Amino acid sequence: MNDNLTDTTNQDSPIITIKDMHKWYGDFHVLKNINLKVHKGERIVICGPSGSGKSTLIRCINRLEEHQRGKIIVDGIELTNDLKNIERIRVEVGMVFQHFNLFPHLTILENLTLGPIWVRKTPKKEADETAMYYLEKVRIAEQAKKFPGQLSGGQQQRVAIARSLCMKPNVILFDEPTSALDPEMVKEVLDVMISLAQDGMTMLVVSHEMGFAKSVAHRVLFMDGGEILEENEPNEFFGNPQHERTQLFLSQILN
Amino acid sequence: MEETPPEKTTQRLRPPIRNVGILSWIRANLFNGWFNTILSLVFAYVLFLTIPPFIEWAFINSNWVSTSEECKASSGACWSIVTANIRFILFGFYPHDLQWRPLLAVVILVLLLFYSQNRKHWAKSLAYAWAIGLFSMGLLLKGGLFGLVSVDSSNWGGLPLTLLLSVFGLTAAYPVGIILALGRQSNMPIIKSFCIIYIELIRGVPLISLLFMSSVVFPLFLPEGMSINPILRAQVAIIMFTAAYIAEVVRGGLQGVERGQYEAAESIGLNYFQSMRRIILPQALRIVIPPSVSILISAFKDTSLVVIIALYDLLKTTQTTLSDPKWMGYSSEAYIFVAMIYFVCCFFMSNYSRKLEKELDTDL
Repeated sequence: MNDNLTDTTNQDSPIITIKDMHKWYGDFHVLKNINLKVHKGERIVICGPSGSGKSTLIRCINRLEEHQRGKIIVDGIELTNDLKNIERIRVEVGMVFQHFNLFPHLTILENLTLGPIWVRKTPKKEADETAMYYLEKVRIAEQAKKFPGQLSGGQQQRVAIARSLCMKPNVILFDEPTSALDPEMVKEVLDVMISLAQDGMTMLVVSHEMGFAKSVAHRVLFMDGGEILEENEPNEFFGNPQHERTQLFLSQILN
Repeated sequence: MEETPPEKTTQRLRPPIRNVGILSWIRANLFNGWFNTILSLVFAYVLFLTIPPFIEWAFINSNWVSTSEECKASSGACWSIVTANIRFILFGFYPHDLQWRPLLAVVILVLLLFYSQNRKHWAKSLAYAWAIGLFSMGLLLKGGLFGLVSVDSSNWGGLPLTLLLSVFGLTAAYPVGIILALGRQSNMPIIKSFCIIYIELIRGVPLISLLFMSSVVFPLFLPEGMSINPILRAQVAIIMFTAAYIAEVVRGGLQGVERGQYEAAESIGLNYFQSMRRIILPQALRIVIPPSVSILISAFKDTSLVVIIALYDLLKTTQTTLSDPKWMGYSSEAYIFVAMIYFVCCFFMSNYSRKLEKELDTDL
């Protein structure tokens, strides 16, 4: 499974660097001393029990959440309070949400072209063509004129993936992309994500889909209590977990 | 039943037919049970007592075009008070020979409103049409250009004044209200507290007191010899007042938009104004169409309060007509007529809002 996927990474310059990062919600220490380097083309799956801070971690990367200590550097730009930097980083970093968050008042096509037209300043015609290309890619082009409310959950999530692709991001963050879906729709979304992986997209995926992690990820991270407890390549991670929390978590999730 | 062979899959069944005849409707809705039967009978009796005499008064024995003497001789309604004084009721003290000008202005306004009803027409050209329309309405009322005789605004009155105050008032108040609502949600403490103070202060006083302040208190602060047109002052008071209410309604709408929508807009890199304009406000404003229209309707009717600062709006011109000794005693007819005008306008607004709501409903 892994053979045509492995050698796309470039070990020289990390695209995301997180150094000694901490975050608090009020007094609650949600993220503790996070260190992480993500290289171009790398695919990382983050798992862990709920409340472990994994969603918060990836939401810090595009500043949906603010970190209070340490550094996050994306594509050479450090995330600070500077709005210009935040906007530049958000253009480079795509995000796919658990609940899709499509814009319900816009058609599928408009959902996809909104970012390119208003942020990238792409001419409308070109944006439409790009949007149709990616809709084709997530196999949903025939729904372009419909509204999100008329689509199934799986279709909506595929549209959401296409929406972030339209911005031509360097990295896509997935925040539990399949956990709000009915079981029979999980596969269609995972298939799209696997085909993205085959194209060499850099991906950070918060997910409990262990099959996906095994077949696509370069590294699997296990988080608990706001810390990254264990980090390993998938075979090692699943076959020989080091930390006892990881062992417990895996035994619960695999049964 | 025997002919159709049993099918393997479950058959598609039609829903059972419900009884829909008039008689069965009456039985099911008016006479189901003794209590409802008594209610229906009592109500029917009350209608029987009131409706026929009203019809007789309003239509059969009524005078439509007559002198006041003829009215006094008959027992029916005297609609003549309206027909005989229609020009004063509608146009107030506007010079008699020039009343085609406010009439034309009102016609332009109504045409523009009807044209704007269709969302397909919402384009840049419509904005130009409104700009030209508003300019020509102002020109028609005010005159002084292109050979039109100038008419002082103290002579404006009646329907054009009511429509002017409400159309300008409501269209200006809505954007101001949106800005206030966004300001109230802002992270910037000065803007936020300014908006909160403004909204709470304005909502804490009655419109009448704002109108008084605009006509009595405000001029005291102006340098001597300078005066601001009383219509403009009333207009500003109405805008300020309505905006505060709109702001609170819009704020409710903003809170009704899911957090995820804000995040999705941010995550594709839209800045604050873009995400508000493209994502959040379109959804928030759709949610609040019903309460907004309630506010607009009541603001429209509240324009009649300008009588207290001596502006002759539609209601005041009607009252003035009634003080004419010739027509005294026919207030019901005159007020029914004015009520009809208000009702038609308000009904139009609420109908249109319902249509708009349906059109903008995309979560099917």
